[in-house]
Amino acid sequence: MPRDISRRHFLKAGIAAAGALTASRLPLPNAVRGASSRELATLIDIRKCIGCEACVEACSWTNEAKYPEPKKPFPRMFPSRVKVSDWSDRPHVTDRLTPYNWLFIQEARVTVDGKERTLTVPRRCMHCQNPPCADLCPWGAARKLENGITRIHPDICLGGSKCKKVCPWHIPQRQTGTGLYLDLLPSFAGNGVMYKCDRCYDRVAQGELPACIEICPEEVQKIGPRDAVLKEAHAIAREIGGYIYGEHENGGTNTIYVSPVPFEELNRAVQKGPGRPHLKPVENAMAHADNLAKAMVIAPVAGVAAAAARFLKSAGRGSGGDQEENPS
Amino acid sequence: MNASDVPLPGRWIRRSFAALFAGMAFTGLGQMPIFKRYYIADIPGLGWSADFFLTHLLHYLGAILVLALFGYMAAEYALSIRKRYVLTGAGWIRVLLLAGIVGTGVVRVLKNLPDVSFSPAFTMLVDIAHLGLMMLFLAAALVFALMKRRWVRERSSTGA
Repeated sequence: MPRDISRRHFLKAGIAAAGALTASRLPLPNAVRGASSRELATLIDIRKCIGCEACVEACSWTNEAKYPEPKKPFPRMFPSRVKVSDWSDRPHVTDRLTPYNWLFIQEARVTVDGKERTLTVPRRCMHCQNPPCADLCPWGAARKLENGITRIHPDICLGGSKCKKVCPWHIPQRQTGTGLYLDLLPSFAGNGVMYKCDRCYDRVAQGELPACIEICPEEVQKIGPRDAVLKEAHAIAREIGGYIYGEHENGGTNTIYVSPVPFEELNRAVQKGPGRPHLKPVENAMAHADNLAKAMVIAPVAGVAAAAARFLKSAGRGSGGDQEENPS
Repeated sequence: MNASDVPLPGRWIRRSFAALFAGMAFTGLGQMPIFKRYYIADIPGLGWSADFFLTHLLHYLGAILVLALFGYMAAEYALSIRKRYVLTGAGWIRVLLLAGIVGTGVVRVLKNLPDVSFSPAFTMLVDIAHLGLMMLFLAAALVFALMKRRWVRERSSTGA
């Protein structure tokens, strides 16, 4: 169904009251209340999204207190090629991800059932099951919570942007002039704080829904245990002959999209670039590391076995063996 | 042959150990976003050092070798070396530092597994300890090399 611009603006104006009454959810699991460690995933049914940006605004209202308040002038960076990243003068940009905008609507002009239409896709952190941002953060600032949320702790993050580089979607966005680095070596290490969707971890911890889900007038998003979300996603996909994104991407994410058109087509149609993530297939970025971690269990055993074999061989050979050397 | 006659590990072990630790120090430092910033990755042939996934994999591969080497050395010490030699004070310091490096490294690897979650403060503590212990070890290794302090001494000997 083509979207109507006037409808979009109407909805933007009146969405707050209506949205609260139409919150969409799967039965809220105990995990939301902190009673279980099961991972929660969100289901995003792209068919239903009308691009009203109510979720974007709700995200902004809800998380405003978490947004950066940088101190200016920024410390002089060394070496000079280190660029500062300043969005503090543009906090109202909503057409991409920024430190002040953790969710945006991506538009794709595609053909559905022979008719050309614009699909709108809410985009934010995918909350990977094995997030490289959290695994590779050298400082412990990015971490995955037991309920499947990946968040970056602003009090710890130094803004090195490694999380953004290793994120398959390059989601986290940096704001210079804020955070712990200012108290350490501001010119020589760090460059601010990285920001991204934390799926309203504080609301979820109190049994509430993430703001974007609660406000949505079209019930585009649902949240629930990942297995239930996947079950529903597959049921929808079967029903409409649709497609799923996020189930296997990067080894599995806690954000599951269902689309009536292939994601290859959506990916071709959406505007991509800084702050505007792709919808391509993604290999599991941490798979090799996880396999090597298993090998680490065997390694010392192999070392002991080699030493034992050497000892037995030497003992059996009587006076044979390598030339002795003094250790140092 | 008496077990106490089993020879000490040869030069190849010491050279492998030094090369391995130099590699681990480099790839470990590469986990921080500094190689690109400070032109290390601009040095011809070192462009790969700015690839976080590659340095991470190399660090893990190195850790496998370190663990195998430590297993080998621990067993060698238990089976034969300790019968003729004893760890010196300089040896103990290095062994304890290495144990700390390996221990914190193991915790960090565990943290990186998909279903393991530690608090940010604990993760930061482990990270800082891992880095700090490695720096202490390198400093200790340098000092002991300059002072010609060995890891072990013969049991009959009194000097370190």
